[in-house]
Amino acid sequence: MRRGEAVEVFNVSKMFGTYQALDQVSFTIKENEFFTLLGPSGCGKTTLLRMIAGFERPSEGSISLFGAEIASLPPHKRHVNTVFQSYALFPHMSLEQNIAFGLENLGWAKAKRQARVAEMLELVHMSDFAKRRPDQLSGGQRQRIALARALAPEPQVLLLDEPLSALDLKLRQAMRDELRALQRKTGITFVFVTHDQDEALDMSDRICVLGQGQIQQIGTPSDIYEEPQNRFVADFIGATNFLEAEVVSLNGDQAQIRTALGLEFTAAQKGVQGPGAATMSLRPEKIGLEEQASGNVFTGTIRSRNYMGGFTHYAVETAGITLQVSRRNALSHAESYDIGREVKLGFRDESVRVLGQ
Amino acid sequence: MRRGFRFWGLVPAWVLMLGTLLIPLMIVAIVSVAQRGAYGGFEWAFTLEPYRQILFSVGWTDELEFDPKYLFVIGRTLVLAGATTLICMMLALPVAYVIATRTPRMKTVLIYLVTLPFWVSMIVRVYAWLIILGNDGFVGRIWHALGGQGTLLFTPGAMLVGMVYSYIPLMVLPVFAAIEKLDPALLEAGGDLYASRWTTARRVILPLTWPGLAAGSILVFVPALGTVLEPMLLGGGKQMMMGTLIQTQFGSARNWPFGAAIALVLMVMVVIVLVLNARRAMRKEARS
Ligand SMILES: Nc1ncnc2c1ncn2[C@@H]1O[C@H](COP(=O)(O)OP(=O)(O)O)[C@@H](O)[C@H]1O
Ligand SMILES: [Mg+2]
Repeated sequence: MRRGEAVEVFNVSKMFGTYQALDQVSFTIKENEFFTLLGPSGCGKTTLLRMIAGFERPSEGSISLFGAEIASLPPHKRHVNTVFQSYALFPHMSLEQNIAFGLENLGWAKAKRQARVAEMLELVHMSDFAKRRPDQLSGGQRQRIALARALAPEPQVLLLDEPLSALDLKLRQAMRDELRALQRKTGITFVFVTHDQDEALDMSDRICVLGQGQIQQIGTPSDIYEEPQNRFVADFIGATNFLEAEVVSLNGDQAQIRTALGLEFTAAQKGVQGPGAATMSLRPEKIGLEEQASGNVFTGTIRSRNYMGGFTHYAVETAGITLQVSRRNALSHAESYDIGREVKLGFRDESVRVLGQ
Repeated sequence: MRRGFRFWGLVPAWVLMLGTLLIPLMIVAIVSVAQRGAYGGFEWAFTLEPYRQILFSVGWTDELEFDPKYLFVIGRTLVLAGATTLICMMLALPVAYVIATRTPRMKTVLIYLVTLPFWVSMIVRVYAWLIILGNDGFVGRIWHALGGQGTLLFTPGAMLVGMVYSYIPLMVLPVFAAIEKLDPALLEAGGDLYASRWTTARRVILPLTWPGLAAGSILVFVPALGTVLEPMLLGGGKQMMMGTLIQTQFGSARNWPFGAAIALVLMVMVVIVLVLNARRAMRKEARS
């Protein structure tokens, strides 16, 4: 079954005075999808979300909702709802009244409204709090009510602007799972904005990485992590080692690479046009030490060690280059390597990504 | 040491309160139950005559007749002050909203402009309206061009215009402060939840700026009750108000005790307004 297109953003640019916040952004979001806009602060995520909600107008381009152009409609004429970063609950209304607000404006009958409010309170486990006011709630509870209020009118698309950033760490993790479950249960298309890569990887069906007002890459979490298309994505998502390399020859999507380490190997590549200098990305956890070293193996010296619990991070120097290596502390006791020790290290050809030139 | 300071430190405040508020108030209260002097002033003799005068006049045969003449003055004053307050509210809300949503720089400039009239003498400003509303004035000419008859001046409408003009900054400032405190995301949330601009104004902005409107109402209503200039100049003295009544009694009518009695009635009205407002604020405090 081909899923419908919930949101289509086409060639959207946004200028604030002479500052270009977004530059020719295009993507489509499928129905029922959990779609994440990920990028560093200031890259234009909120601006993009606000244009879908109707609080800002694109300087150029068009935005459609289920095939209907909406870029010029005011917010109250768009069937999308927003979970605001500050929650923006109405302080003078009880939680019930907050949730009913949208339904009243849509002209729902009283009985239907009350049933829906009760259903929403149930959904976010807040039924006992119906008569309270927002200032009598904790951050996590406010978050839930903001969600309930935005979901109540059965929006075609739900927009969430960094909804978890105001919560403490533990709550954030729990809310991630809850949000994801809620999205599955309601089947509503979610557009989720975050600058937190873990959140994005954990929750999304697809991620759109934004940087400097432009789309850097769109793909599933594993696409984005395993096959970053450019240096920006490889750098922003997860940790990585960048190595300067030279593409000797190209064969289909395989590139013959020569690195500064003096190694030659073939690697899958994306965005390499032809022979010449290139940057390659090698994730720290893809490099094996000692008995785990396989593929291209060489020796190096441990320069630093950071014990992180589940992992130990090493900096290993080899041929004048320092590589970050992440080693999982396995079930059985994993040996820890002291600073200054010589170790074998290695990586497989397929672990290397050659980034666009 | 601290205890001493707590007592002696407050002395200037007490002296000020005593000297400028309590003692003059006592004098007014005393005069209001004194005998009228033959040539103004008063004589030391207790009588409730001034208060009787508010409600009754003395007929030909010395019998008391109920005379609502002064009740009308009190009523008219209340209505005019109330209307002034309401109109100020309705005008101040959009004005304050527009100011509050400008850039910080623009805000400073606009707020400065709102307070600018205070830099010019009140009398001069009310005189300006005398000219504007007059038959040769800007508004007067438009009125005639539109087929209006007679003059706009010396009518309750002219008084109202003058009073709204005089007091509106006192409404704009607290309302502006209340609107500025509003989280702009709340207004966006209104639109996001399918409320038109008008519904958002009514259901989100209005209830949340209510404290500002209440404060502004006190600031406008209380001085509007005692207003003298506008009724005199723009109302042409034809429409007696409490303020002008008091002034006449101490002036040309030379009936100080009656003037003092009216002044006390006015003060009681003000106190009632303030007490009602304080109770409302306290109820609200208790609720949250
Ligand atoms: N109303 C505005 N006026 C001027 N500049 C703005 C406005 N809104 C956002 N910007 C600028 O646009 C850029 C993108 O902002 P935003 O979309 O909020 O970023 P993000 O949500 O990704 O952190 C920022 O540099 C920000 O300063
Ligand atoms: Mg943002």
